[in-house]
Amino acid sequence: MTDHNQPPSVGGGLPEPVVRRKRVNAAWIWLVPAVAALVGLSLVINAWRQQGPAINISFQTAQGLESGKTVVKYKDVVIGKVTNIRLSQDHTKVIVKVDLDKSAAGIAVSDSRFWVVRPRIGLGGVSGIDTLLSGSFIGVDVGKSSQPQTDFVGLENPPSVLHDSRGKSYILHSSDLGSLDIGSPIYFRRIQVGRVASYKLDEDGKGVTMQIFVDSPYDRFVSTESRFWNASGVDVSISADGLKLNTQSLATVLAGGVAFNDAPGPHPSEKPVPENTTFTLFDTQANAMAPPDGEPSYIRMRFDQPVRGLTVDSPVEFRGINFGRVVSIRMDYDEKTNKFPIYVGALIYPERLGRAHSKLQAIAKSHGDNDMSQIVTTMVAQGLRAQAKVGNLLTGQLYISLDIVPNAPKLTEYDPNARPLEIPTIPGSFDKLQEQMAQIVDKLDKIPFDAIGNNLNHTLADLDTTIKQLNGDVLPAFKNTLKGANQTLGTANNALSADSPLQQNLSSTMQELQRMARSLRVLTDYLNTQPSSLIRGRAKDAPPVSNGSPSTAQPQQGSKP
Amino acid sequence: MAALPRAHELGLIGCHVCGQICRDTQVDHAACPRCGSSLHRRKPYSAARTWALLIAAFIFYIPANVLPIMRTVSLGDVDDNTILSGVVELWVKGSPDLAVIVFTASIVVPMLKFLVMSTLLLSAHRGTSWARRQRAMLYRLVEFIGYWSMLDVFVVALLTALVQFGFFSQVEPLPGVVYFGLTVILTMLASQSFDPRLIWDCKDEDD
Repeated sequence: MTDHNQPPSVGGGLPEPVVRRKRVNAAWIWLVPAVAALVGLSLVINAWRQQGPAINISFQTAQGLESGKTVVKYKDVVIGKVTNIRLSQDHTKVIVKVDLDKSAAGIAVSDSRFWVVRPRIGLGGVSGIDTLLSGSFIGVDVGKSSQPQTDFVGLENPPSVLHDSRGKSYILHSSDLGSLDIGSPIYFRRIQVGRVASYKLDEDGKGVTMQIFVDSPYDRFVSTESRFWNASGVDVSISADGLKLNTQSLATVLAGGVAFNDAPGPHPSEKPVPENTTFTLFDTQANAMAPPDGEPSYIRMRFDQPVRGLTVDSPVEFRGINFGRVVSIRMDYDEKTNKFPIYVGALIYPERLGRAHSKLQAIAKSHGDNDMSQIVTTMVAQGLRAQAKVGNLLTGQLYISLDIVPNAPKLTEYDPNARPLEIPTIPGSFDKLQEQMAQIVDKLDKIPFDAIGNNLNHTLADLDTTIKQLNGDVLPAFKNTLKGANQTLGTANNALSADSPLQQNLSSTMQELQRMARSLRVLTDYLNTQPSSLIRGRAKDAPPVSNGSPSTAQPQQGSKP
Repeated sequence: MAALPRAHELGLIGCHVCGQICRDTQVDHAACPRCGSSLHRRKPYSAARTWALLIAAFIFYIPANVLPIMRTVSLGDVDDNTILSGVVELWVKGSPDLAVIVFTASIVVPMLKFLVMSTLLLSAHRGTSWARRQRAMLYRLVEFIGYWSMLDVFVVALLTALVQFGFFSQVEPLPGVVYFGLTVILTMLASQSFDPRLIWDCKDEDD
């Protein structure tokens, strides 16, 4: 108990505490965990609200994908992240689970497409180079559908046409794909205006159908008159203008491309075409720009001559207009004549003949002739013949030329109802030339050169004796004749010399003549001055004619009275 | 052996700051007459404050571990790491010693703090006299390692400041590090607000 009495005494000399202001209520400390809880809760709520749908995308390979790191980007904005990568049940594919952001929930619709953006180096260019360092990501093309979907099949290659690209797609038909591929460029006047979106083999396997996409605003240049051609590679042509090398761009030389343009000429009915219109893809620009071929017809020709130089695709021309091509060359055996005729089949496009075809067609229609066989028969009767002509003298390439030959030999057997339509042939110009040459040679052969030689020999022998005769007899006689002639000429010379009497007589005669002419002149002068003397006779003191001047006239007058 | 008298038994109260001993006049809001700091026998509401701060620290510790604390960008390769994934990465990439250090500083120490403080609080609440010396040692340990708990935060802050090479290499802090820092601060405050004398406020049976 002494312990209990001690304390007051212990604290006796000690100071007392002072009273200070009131302290903050200690219960406020619970605000701290409350705030922490609020923050934590807000984090949870935020995370929950950010949580978008989870989708599964299947890919062939997970190359470049990394769980927890690979992001999904749309327009380069991150909209989700890969959270899990696993193999599919049958181990053939990779299933990538992606958590999308809440804001990107609308992306998971049925026609959205996903692909892995990796660095790609192709002939047409390089893409995704930024992913070399940053790693691959998954690209999205957001579809327009409103139907949600959670399982997608990823594309192995980026789509060439995105849903939000503006423009129109069209269909092209071609016999083969050429060097085109998805993404191959489409050129209009050498400006790239679109690309090949997809291609597939036709159901019957006889062609390729391509879908192309032309960007806005170039899509309005695709019209009813547009022609598409394969602009791949280099087009080399040699013409009268020289060598021409034609390409669309360097890229098309390597990677291929399609070009289109309007067909030449005015197009009054030209108008833009709706989406997904079908066009034909031509091999070359020349083919594309040619007038439309229309439906081809098949004709057959039988040649009895060899057709070396004629190949499949050799042109068929009518009066110089190319309107078809050879498609087959086959040999046959004719047991009756024991010959080997060659049957040449050709596809012809009558519409390439232009108005001639349309007029003939109209005439045929009016006669109730639907397949124009009657017209052809008439023309054959008029001399329509096919010839294998030489197109190139250097290479000996042949082409088939159809023409009306006026003096063609009449045909004994021609069946107008035979199908395919058969066109009779005549030997080509070169063959004809050969034939004529052979005939000439034959004729030359028939000339009896030996007999002619013998005759000539005899004639020459005769000539020899004649000449000998000439030398012996005729020449001495000729010499004598010449001598006589010489003497005659000497005589003539003497007669004509200066001192001959003939010459002297001639000289005196000439002098006499001179004197006579002088007196004649005096007479005429006198008569001129005194014309009256003719009647009155000569005046007595007539002054000399030479003094007849005005100065002497005075004394004349003076003397007269 | 008879227990020594307690200060409240002697009617005395000591100043925590300057050590001045006064007579306990039992008034509210008493202050030291010498240095002016508030006088109290035990830290007021020590257990409640410690509990509150400890709970808050624990709440923040969840996002600190779930959220990434650091983003490393190296040659365009973006890598977000939480504390645990960083430890795993260090271990996998061949630095187990560093992994152990980071794991100790970031996982073991905070967890140890939570456990120790909870144990101390619970045992003090029950007033048991079980292992009082050991408990006092635990408390001193917690106080001591409190300074070192900010290791992760310092690492992130230093790296962020130093590694700024644009595209080639870059380090950015992420929200997780803020929560981790808050956790560390709150645990330190909690251990501070705990009054170790509570360990000894029980019947002196074993002394």
